[in-house]
Amino acid sequence: MSDTLLEIKDLKVHFPIRSKNLFGGVTKYVKAVDGVSFYIEKGETLGLVGESGSGKTTVGRSILRAIEPTAGKVTFNVDDETFDLSQLTDKEMRGFREHMQLIFQDPYSSLNPRMTVRDIIAEPLIAQKLATGDEVDERVREAAALCKLNLEFLRRFPHAFSGGQRQRIGIARALVSRPQFIVCDESVSALDVSIQAEILNLLMDLQAEFGFTYLFIAHDLSVVAHISKRVAVMYLGQLVELAPTKDLFYAPKHPYTEALMSAIPEVNPDQEMNPVHLDGEIPSPINPPSGCRFHTRCPYTQDNCKTDIPKWEEIEDNHFVACHFAKTLTLKGAEMPTSVDAN
Amino acid sequence: MANTKEITKDNLLEVRNLKISFKTDEGIITAVDGIDFSVKHGQTLGIVGESGSGKSVSTWSIMRLLPKNSIIDKGSSIQFHRKSGKVVEMTKLKANSRELRKIRGGEVALIFQEPMSSFSPVYTIGNQIVEAVLQHRDVSKEEAEEIAVDMLDRVGISNPRQRFRQYPFELSGGMRQRAMIAVALSMNPSLLIADEPTTSLDVTIQAQILELMNELQEELGMSIIFITHNLGVIAQVADEIEVMYLGKILERGKTKEIIQQPQHPYTQALLEAIPRLDRLGERLTAISGDIPSPLSRPVGCPFYTRCEKVMPGICDIEMPKPTQLSETHTVYCFLHEEKDV
Repeated sequence: MSDTLLEIKDLKVHFPIRSKNLFGGVTKYVKAVDGVSFYIEKGETLGLVGESGSGKTTVGRSILRAIEPTAGKVTFNVDDETFDLSQLTDKEMRGFREHMQLIFQDPYSSLNPRMTVRDIIAEPLIAQKLATGDEVDERVREAAALCKLNLEFLRRFPHAFSGGQRQRIGIARALVSRPQFIVCDESVSALDVSIQAEILNLLMDLQAEFGFTYLFIAHDLSVVAHISKRVAVMYLGQLVELAPTKDLFYAPKHPYTEALMSAIPEVNPDQEMNPVHLDGEIPSPINPPSGCRFHTRCPYTQDNCKTDIPKWEEIEDNHFVACHFAKTLTLKGAEMPTSVDAN
Repeated sequence: MANTKEITKDNLLEVRNLKISFKTDEGIITAVDGIDFSVKHGQTLGIVGESGSGKSVSTWSIMRLLPKNSIIDKGSSIQFHRKSGKVVEMTKLKANSRELRKIRGGEVALIFQEPMSSFSPVYTIGNQIVEAVLQHRDVSKEEAEEIAVDMLDRVGISNPRQRFRQYPFELSGGMRQRAMIAVALSMNPSLLIADEPTTSLDVTIQAQILELMNELQEELGMSIIFITHNLGVIAQVADEIEVMYLGKILERGKTKEIIQQPQHPYTQALLEAIPRLDRLGERLTAISGDIPSPLSRPVGCPFYTRCEKVMPGICDIEMPKPTQLSETHTVYCFLHEEKDV
């Protein structure tokens, strides 16, 4: 695809566990990400959801190579050239980081309290030697203005700001190197609803204006639905389903997605929640279950789920799912809103 | 005393004119500014509000669990119906009195957001539940253990006997949260204060915990105060909702009244600001500006600095009086006061 910005193929991130004896040999691996593939088009937002421990944060960070992937291919198209990020040396990667940035979850701990706002925003420019002298300040002011930060704030320190303002500082820092791709890792989760709305609007405005591409990682499904064009669902290090937002929410094909959708608390007292019960806890990624990883908790599990690994298939246009029974199961999506017309 | 009015029979708890301040280096901060609320027997009161609205402080004060630098105003009254039928004025109890210790945990229990830090890491889960049960119920150690195992089972923890002997670090977040609920419920409290009990949990576990609380409430007939900033959760669990902002209550009513016919501009704005599945991709309506610092609280209606419908010369002079829209629905806003006249 020509308008693909980023494609990852069979990405794996395994963390070694060393045994406790004297020689400390590696005995086991935590398979945090175990064979994930997807692509993101230019200017698109791909949502990534899943329970804690599903590996969604690790996916985001390993794309940026903040965590080194164990295996797999990450290709990135920039200026009509294609790069395989997993093949770049550390030094080449450093130069490449201007194209990709990360917005963190916690605006309180992700800003250095001893740096002024100006220095925080300028840091990527200086670290990557993208600008010098007056140009630094010019670009800092430009990024700050885009994020609707008052320019007088630049001389102050982060402690003087509220959560929403801090998050805007974090976004300005991500924008200043003029990246193409931004990973938003739970970037609005810590904010109050009124401020969350403002930050979501800002992210969407910036995307409309500059064509940014986002990988939006969050556990709040309504937020993800709101901002994403397509959504991927992760379970225990693997993708179980990926589809355009509305298809995924209203017509899920994987039992795990169905369970997630049924658990969204609707802001409607007339609509009673009827969550699907999942048995037990998410299994350990050190020893993932055989066959389909979800079989230990799936309400529809059959014998072959325990032994055969389901294929990742495109069962409808743009709707990918990994389940043996994706075509035969009739699953319920999120409640269709009754108050609004269906269009 | 300012309030001599007796608590009505339907109410388990009645709070009147509650005002709580904190002495800090920068001056006196009023976190809760003269609020009234009540909790009926067997019902759930939901309190919503953003950070700094005073929702936690106002409810923790019921158990008198506030830091040393806090001052509960003399005119405040917190009346609580004890299991014995006696009505106690919680603000009058001595901080270390037997009665307060009996009520705390025994009749009013608290569960909070952080399941990671609410258990001591050096004792087993079972040990900690048994200790609490022995404090508050007249049972032998063996009976207490039975109660603990049974409770762990009831909150949906598999293998309760094995979990009983495990340490908190051996349980996942969702299980720890359920274990904390087990501790709180094993004392058979008549009032459970749940302060953001599901905020840090995954949606699937959140749904389970909410269901569990509902079931146990029906079974044990306890009342719940449910504090959250998640309007979806509150719509699902609460019978009544109270909307707080900067230490004041701005609107109060039955859940349907608040969610479906919100009357205060702040409640309306909150409902507009959340992403909803029925409005995918639409622009959200953010509330402009930031929550004012509690050190410089606005005079008048606390929300006027951010309100779209602000009426200069009215809203910034004094706090609007309550307007009764229905028997259960009350709003504090001049827009409605006018209509009354």
